[in-house]
Amino acid sequence: MSQSLNDSTTHSSMPLSFYKKPALIVYVTCGDPDLATTRAVVLAAIEAGADVIELGVPFSDPVADGPVIQRASERALKHGTSLAQVLTLAAEVRNQAQSTGLVVFSYLNPLLRMGMDRFCKVARHAGVDGVLVTDLPVEEADEYLQATRVHDLAPIFLAAPTSPEERLKRLAGASRGFVYAVARTGVTGAREQLADDAQKLVRRLRRVTKLPIAVGFGISNAEQFAEVGRFADGVVVGSAIVETIERNPGREAEAVGEFVGRLTAVGCEA
Amino acid sequence: MAALEELEREYEKAKRDSKFRQRLEELLRTYAGRPTALTFARRLTQKLGGAKIYLKREDLLHTGAHKINNCLGQALLVERMGKRRVIAETGAGQHGVATATVCALLGFECVVYMGTEDMRRQELNVFRMRLLGAEVRGVESGSRTLKDAINEAMRDWVTNVRTTHYLLGSVLGAHPYPTMVRDFHRVIGREARAQILKAERKLPAAIIACVGGGSNSIGIFYEFIRDKNVRLIGVEAGGRGEALGEHAARFRGGSPGVLQGTYSYVLQDSAGQILNTHSVSAGLDYPSIGPEHAALRDAGRAEYVPASDAEALQATTLLARTEGIIPALESAHAVAEVMKRAPRMKKSDVVLVNISGRGDKDVGIMRENLKLD
Repeated sequence: MSQSLNDSTTHSSMPLSFYKKPALIVYVTCGDPDLATTRAVVLAAIEAGADVIELGVPFSDPVADGPVIQRASERALKHGTSLAQVLTLAAEVRNQAQSTGLVVFSYLNPLLRMGMDRFCKVARHAGVDGVLVTDLPVEEADEYLQATRVHDLAPIFLAAPTSPEERLKRLAGASRGFVYAVARTGVTGAREQLADDAQKLVRRLRRVTKLPIAVGFGISNAEQFAEVGRFADGVVVGSAIVETIERNPGREAEAVGEFVGRLTAVGCEA
Repeated sequence: MAALEELEREYEKAKRDSKFRQRLEELLRTYAGRPTALTFARRLTQKLGGAKIYLKREDLLHTGAHKINNCLGQALLVERMGKRRVIAETGAGQHGVATATVCALLGFECVVYMGTEDMRRQELNVFRMRLLGAEVRGVESGSRTLKDAINEAMRDWVTNVRTTHYLLGSVLGAHPYPTMVRDFHRVIGREARAQILKAERKLPAAIIACVGGGSNSIGIFYEFIRDKNVRLIGVEAGGRGEALGEHAARFRGGSPGVLQGTYSYVLQDSAGQILNTHSVSAGLDYPSIGPEHAALRDAGRAEYVPASDAEALQATTLLARTEGIIPALESAHAVAEVMKRAPRMKKSDVVLVNISGRGDKDVGIMRENLKLD
């Protein structure tokens, strides 16, 4: 399957593509433990085979996140990591990785504080491809959709297993690049078992969109990555990456590189 | 979103269902103790030497505060939706106690999230909730207060949304909560309006209520919004200083932002991170404010002023000694404002103060701070 995200975006020059199945989407909380480490981690993940990087903007009140990303956000905020710094980091990563997809993953308030239009402008200039705002439902997103359209950024919305048909249609219709299917109800964080929820949701989404579908929330190891990869176009690994960073002080990038290498090795066999 | 839509649909249906309304009215009357009294504060009025002061006595309700109005309403909705598990957040513990109470009454499983800092300062309420059969889960994140308890309750809700109702305790969160919670508290203003008209044959010149999230204040304000000559005054927690982080006065240091699904005034830094707050009163210690208050303030219909920790404590003593009423520290902020305002008003004016809760839960903090021993 070779579905370039360009197919489905308006006129986006988004370079990320899901040419290989499943694409690996890696989430990091920026500034945990500091921005230089985040940059090294991101480059190591790309080197090891990550196709898309989600640059997480730390927020004081991460209601959609489990304990691992909560702790990472606290660490990042302790030394004042800001949205502006995350965008500078994005530009640095873009300089060294032209073909990797870059998505800013944030709560709404930091974007509002910067100004939605200004954020989109700066993000696009930094080479960011897409944006995911965890706590902005599509029903309230008019201003955001307008700003992302003007600045040619792909808005990505979250679909939940509990979302009814109408809502899936609406959020998939507003999304560009890909749709993010939440594997199960709840917050981010590794889980032993993945619910059938994920597969059912992907099937329901296929009926309403031609966009690639990435599945995230709870995927933490190579087996789960391969399992989800059988029915999804992309797989998001977040908390497991953040936990790897937490557990390997001083050798974060190396450890993440190894971890991503293990994921993609199994992914290719599958 | 699906759960919010289900809740909104169910609430809209229930509102039009006379059986639902009757059942709620009956519970409010026979269980919670409505209508609550309107008390003329004779000695306080004399002491301050200005406007005639009346107190709306929500402190006399079962569980000790206005919170039970909303809890009974939402609990009946839970029954209609066929859910059996209820979660809630609590700051001062009043909403947690009220939630635990209605869950015991209707036989629901109940989990209450509470910041560990609040658990420390409101330990009697923690015990009361446990006695009522609720599980109290301490929240260690952030400032360990109300905001963090809401975060944790929201995380629980998105995880268990199919079986669980989130019984949010203030006019906060995503729609339909701010509207629905307000509606369940409108009874305060409805009663007060009739009572004051009967007692004084005129409307009050001003109404004063404390504002944390803003449920008791919107409850008493709402029926008077169209009475343009009635000044509506909300009192925020002025804490221990004017610097950010030292208070919870959103209209003094806050700016528009989104927290926990609500667009309103928020105490935040220049990068959009939510700031910690301080108040002697756990129930007012929150960095945002109900969106309807923001609208009333921006429209110039209501005004909002701060009262400091020290002023609230002083007001507590004054009300205790002039009227024999020990207010909750939250409500004492409203009393502090009437102390400043009544002397400047005409003797023929009437001012109405909402005593949203009683002070039993706060005697430990009062004892620490007032040093009467």
